[in-house]
Amino acid sequence: MSPLAPPFTDEHEELRQSARGFIERELAPHAQQWEDDRWFPDEVFPKLAAQGLLGLKYPESYGGQGGDYLHEAVLCEEMARTGSGGTAAGIGAHINIATPPIWKFGTEEQKQRYLVPAIRGELIGALAITEPGAGSDVAALSTRAERVDGGWVVNGEKTYITNGVRAHFIVTAVKTSAADRHHDISFLIVERGEGVGSSKLEKLGWHASDTATISFADVFVPEENMLGEQNEGFKLIMANFQWERLAMALGAVGAMALAWERTAEFARERAAFGKPLSGHQVIRHKLADLATSVHTCRCVTYDALRRFVAGEEPLREVTMAKLVTQRASFELMDECLQIHGGAGYMREYFIERAARDARLGPIGCGSDEIMREILGRVLAL
Amino acid sequence: MATAESVLKPDYQATRKHFIFNDEHEQLRESITNFAIKELAPHADEWEETTFPDSVFRRMGELGFLGLDKPEEYGGQGGDYFSAIVLGEAISNANCGGLSMGIAVQTDMAMPPILALGTEEQKQEWAVPAIKGEKILCLGITEPDAGSDVKGIKTRAVRDGDEYVINGSKTYITNGHRSDVIVLVTKTDPDAGYDGFTLFLVPMDSPGVIREKKLQKMGMHASDTALLAFQDVRVPASAVLGEVGKGFYHIMWELQGERMIGAAGSVAGAQKCFDRTLEYAKEREAFGKAIGHFQVIRHKFAEMATKIETARQLVYVTAWRFANGEYPVREISMAKLHASRVACEVADECIQIHGGAGYMKEYNVERVWRDMRLNRIGAGTDEIMLEVIGRSYGL
Repeated sequence: MSPLAPPFTDEHEELRQSARGFIERELAPHAQQWEDDRWFPDEVFPKLAAQGLLGLKYPESYGGQGGDYLHEAVLCEEMARTGSGGTAAGIGAHINIATPPIWKFGTEEQKQRYLVPAIRGELIGALAITEPGAGSDVAALSTRAERVDGGWVVNGEKTYITNGVRAHFIVTAVKTSAADRHHDISFLIVERGEGVGSSKLEKLGWHASDTATISFADVFVPEENMLGEQNEGFKLIMANFQWERLAMALGAVGAMALAWERTAEFARERAAFGKPLSGHQVIRHKLADLATSVHTCRCVTYDALRRFVAGEEPLREVTMAKLVTQRASFELMDECLQIHGGAGYMREYFIERAARDARLGPIGCGSDEIMREILGRVLAL
Repeated sequence: MATAESVLKPDYQATRKHFIFNDEHEQLRESITNFAIKELAPHADEWEETTFPDSVFRRMGELGFLGLDKPEEYGGQGGDYFSAIVLGEAISNANCGGLSMGIAVQTDMAMPPILALGTEEQKQEWAVPAIKGEKILCLGITEPDAGSDVKGIKTRAVRDGDEYVINGSKTYITNGHRSDVIVLVTKTDPDAGYDGFTLFLVPMDSPGVIREKKLQKMGMHASDTALLAFQDVRVPASAVLGEVGKGFYHIMWELQGERMIGAAGSVAGAQKCFDRTLEYAKEREAFGKAIGHFQVIRHKFAEMATKIETARQLVYVTAWRFANGEYPVREISMAKLHASRVACEVADECIQIHGGAGYMKEYNVERVWRDMRLNRIGAGTDEIMLEVIGRSYGL
């Protein structure tokens, strides 16, 4: 094993081994069942919490492990070993999407009420931005919060929300003003209760995740649940995007490495025309190409991560990492499926699920097209 | 606590060094870039017709650029391996792929074996003047009937008393016409398989060395590429470089450095072509606005920038391992494979963005396209890289 490239150290490697062990022991064996159930059980959260895995980057004073984004990065990558994109997504939405805004922008009281139990796995969170009529174009949101005595009344609909059925609290983007496009969005922490309805969506992949449409009908939210400053919600969205996208890139790297390992194993064992598949040059070269792709994605992602952790605000590098890894992952899964032949099309082998799960990558958290648009702007085009 | 404001204003124009580079590397990059722009680039067009002059070696030797990572005791600068990468990248500012290649043969292909395997006498005789740019080196592996399949080479060296007699031919030899000495791969024991090869340092003015012809090429026109013949060339036994019978292993080692510098050159060439095309796209108008502002073109740039970045990361991380004394054959092969493909794809896309102008000689993009095409072949083809990578996993 070659020495670890920056930014990782032996400490991270130890965490990697223990997280991998836990995931392979406690989560992966159930992946198929959870996919069939279209649901992974809520008990997974306290289980992860008992291992300290829900609060790696959060301060010890809130029950976290006092680590940093590098520790979290290790988990993002290893989470792919559940073999179920939906399970990884549900856990990831809690750790990397719903709770970071509370940590960064929340009041002390909000942190005690939501972050602390979330780190313990007692409360599950979701982040709700996308609506039926507004996705990447965040400025077009229409869910409204009207000022009333002591708080806000929320009306509207959110969709494609991971943990949308199970979440106890929903960090929700709402319009709070009629002012200009980027200064009319606020975030409210909405607790599940009267007026909050969820309906689960059927999807191409990510079956174990409870992706949902959430409706808000005259939902009263007390004013102390305003997260961050009123009308400054756009900043909150932008602040978390970089980490979310890095988390996706890391997840793709983990998933690619796993799919490659399993496919190489398959190619070594499966015989055709008198020798193992891998003995055929065409298959060997396919696998070599794919290994190059995994390594490339890892290098570009780790560079963005290293810069992110160093505080460089690497918009360009993170965007590139997100763009290149999601598509490469999907392409790799498709090639791995091809190498499996007929078996690849069967549910019994993991690869058809991995291919379906990977298809979300180039769409979620800003589509490929949005990534290219951002990069175009970076180049002043 | 991260403030929202700071997150909202990424300073993506700031130059941020990769972790393998320090300030000294950046200064070096600047001085090589300035040199290339002032002293080389103005002649690039002319050199495409004439090949670049030998005086470039002397000038670069004078400036210390030919021995950046070579030991001070032999006249080098004693720098680290990353300074060699800086040269490999910054020299692309000469806009002359053939020149970059000729220099790389000197510094990263022919010279490393002399310094790593040579006797003190050999180092004094060849490496010291080569670092000064007074002697020019070349490397002879490929033959008319054996390229990637090194084992199949036929050039024979037969022991005769205190001498060896060499017969055979070598082709596609960069610097072949201008060079003073060749690091020559020969077969000394045809029955010994991989253990039957030996390297020699053969002075190119030895009787029997025939520089047959200058080969015409698709690109890399500024470089001289030779077909060489060796007819009863006699060299003393002291001309053996490294160990007798270990030539195959020596050359496999040499190829790693060659592939690294080739990969770095691919990244730099792609970046240069990208930069120039970006400039063009911001100026050239169509349908009432600069073409770069059309979304489709903007996304092409985004795509290319991302590809180049992936190749760059691969090269830098691999260079880091290489510099740390590892021998990461798999990663080097990946870097070489990926970077050269990226360079070709980027050059092609740049032609497309230029439209008709891209097809014209004047804009230089077509030259880059022709030059870069070699990178997927030279120093081991894409297919050989894939074979090396595949086998590295026991497949």
